[in-house]
Amino acid sequence: MRKNLLFLLTIFSLSVFFTGCGKKDDPNTLTVLNYGKYLEPEVLELFESETGIKVEYEEYITPENMYTKYKAGAIDYDLICTSDYMIQKLIQENEVSELNFNNIPLAENLDQTYFDFSKSFDPDNKYTLPYFFGTVGILYNRDMVDESKVNSWDILWNEKYSGQIIMADSVRDSFMVAQKRLGYSLNTTDEKELREAQKLLIQQKPLVYSYLVDEAQDEMIAENAAMAVVYSGEAGYALEFNEKLAFSVPKEGSNMWIDSWFIPKRARHTENAEKFLNFLCRKDIAMMNFDYVYYATPNTQVKEALDSELQENSTIFPPKETLKNCEIFQSLDDEATMRYNLYWKEIKSAD
Amino acid sequence: MRDMKRQLLAGPYILWMAGFILLPVVMILYYAFTTTGGSFTLLNVSSITFSVHLKALILSLKLALICTVICLVLSYPLAMILNSMKAKSQSFIVFIFILPMWMNFMLRILAWRMLLSNNGVINSLLDALGLPGIDILNTPTAVVFCMVYDFLPFMILPIYNSMARIQTEIIEAARDLGAGNLTIFFKIILPLTMSGVISGIIMVFVPALTSFAVSDLLGGGKVLLIGNVIEQAFMQEYNWNLGSGLSFVLMIFVIASMALMNSRGEENGAGVW
Repeated sequence: MRKNLLFLLTIFSLSVFFTGCGKKDDPNTLTVLNYGKYLEPEVLELFESETGIKVEYEEYITPENMYTKYKAGAIDYDLICTSDYMIQKLIQENEVSELNFNNIPLAENLDQTYFDFSKSFDPDNKYTLPYFFGTVGILYNRDMVDESKVNSWDILWNEKYSGQIIMADSVRDSFMVAQKRLGYSLNTTDEKELREAQKLLIQQKPLVYSYLVDEAQDEMIAENAAMAVVYSGEAGYALEFNEKLAFSVPKEGSNMWIDSWFIPKRARHTENAEKFLNFLCRKDIAMMNFDYVYYATPNTQVKEALDSELQENSTIFPPKETLKNCEIFQSLDDEATMRYNLYWKEIKSAD
Repeated sequence: MRDMKRQLLAGPYILWMAGFILLPVVMILYYAFTTTGGSFTLLNVSSITFSVHLKALILSLKLALICTVICLVLSYPLAMILNSMKAKSQSFIVFIFILPMWMNFMLRILAWRMLLSNNGVINSLLDALGLPGIDILNTPTAVVFCMVYDFLPFMILPIYNSMARIQTEIIEAARDLGAGNLTIFFKIILPLTMSGVISGIIMVFVPALTSFAVSDLLGGGKVLLIGNVIEQAFMQEYNWNLGSGLSFVLMIFVIASMALMNSRGEENGAGVW
């Protein structure tokens, strides 16, 4: 998904703010906000034809974009999918409604393990329904990189790969790499630790080919770079297109993320939203979404139905040992957020 | 009475201006001088003096200036050549210059990304010819290059227009009176095309100064312009106050540069306002 196109979409949705006023509310609709490329479009059509509920579907790029869109208040979303720390932030701001699991009986298809993981941002499992999960690691080109060294984040500072490294263009994902290399928690707010991480990232900047988010996988498929820091799901997707690519989660540990659905406080069609969630847990629908998104699904029925080779694919389904080393992002308070943002800008403007 | 009716015709535009120009500016001013809590502050505006922001602003000014100079140097001779051609070929060449503008600006930038990347079209061609590849993607050079590519028509067209308006009789008269080519250029052509040059400079410099999409896509996230800082403040940090404060400072720079060019233009009867 191209960042700039979505940016235009955002502007477009802002313009809805001017035209949407005074429109009468139709009870038979559902407004969904999700990451780009994160749901099989056909699923929406099926849902519409089975239930007669009309779905308005919108997309965004980063959790921060989602927050901006949601907070702008132009549209009352009924259902949003986003990442762990952002949900935590919204729960803390009292923006999330409790889910009525009686209306989502098929939630039992989801592996309890991932509800347990979710407790780090939703302690009582009452607000969220896990959708996809994964880790962050290094996607590399086997012809261009010494494979014995990709098990450590150190390789991203190796001058041999100058101009061939793609870093994540997102504050926390990039800081995570430096923090883990230094052996710190990825949720640290300690000024000294953050400064050290920043220093490392500034040191690394001359070696970096570019800072990207969604385009990283395309650049790797086109062999424009040797290594990229990407989400495991993106790596799984890229592997399908170029046989030379491989994925590794470094031994120092990494970030484990869970993207989940929640119903915001301002939702006007809660029942429809729960119907949709139940629909997403259904085996055939979850399978369609898995085929389309290709990220690790918490749906046990889907996983069991896959062939064993795919089930054991460690890029898509991170093994338990890998996950043990990983941390989930926690939301930061305003002061820490500002510090991260400022430090990140300093990295971006460094020479 | 007739005047009233005539003024009514401006009604739709006044509404447009109020809703989409004045109101946003008022909102920016409001956000720029308040904190997230809503109390008065100068911090958002004065934060331009932070070294990160200052660096981004200086880089923006520098790249915009380079871009404007390159556009001017390319356009002026081109407009002269164009003007000396037959009318039929003139309109054809102007058409060719406008042609790329039929395509969306974002798509053209994305296309350059593909062309310039390590294994892109240009490098593959150079490689096939046994020449060394170019490595300018994700550097300020690529950003300036693409800005020149995008904004060039905005420089050529006003200069060409002002040049086409010069009556050949004036030049003939000058020749009759014994003026050489250089004298004609400096005493007649240059002063008479000054209006075009000035509107061209403004039409290139202002968008180049405030641009953020080009640096985002061709700078690989490594070229941080003031436009990128503002975009980040709005889209990533949810700090509308900071974004507005910096936008306000940028507006001052834009207005200042226009005022400067305008005062120059007025001497030659070419005011922009």
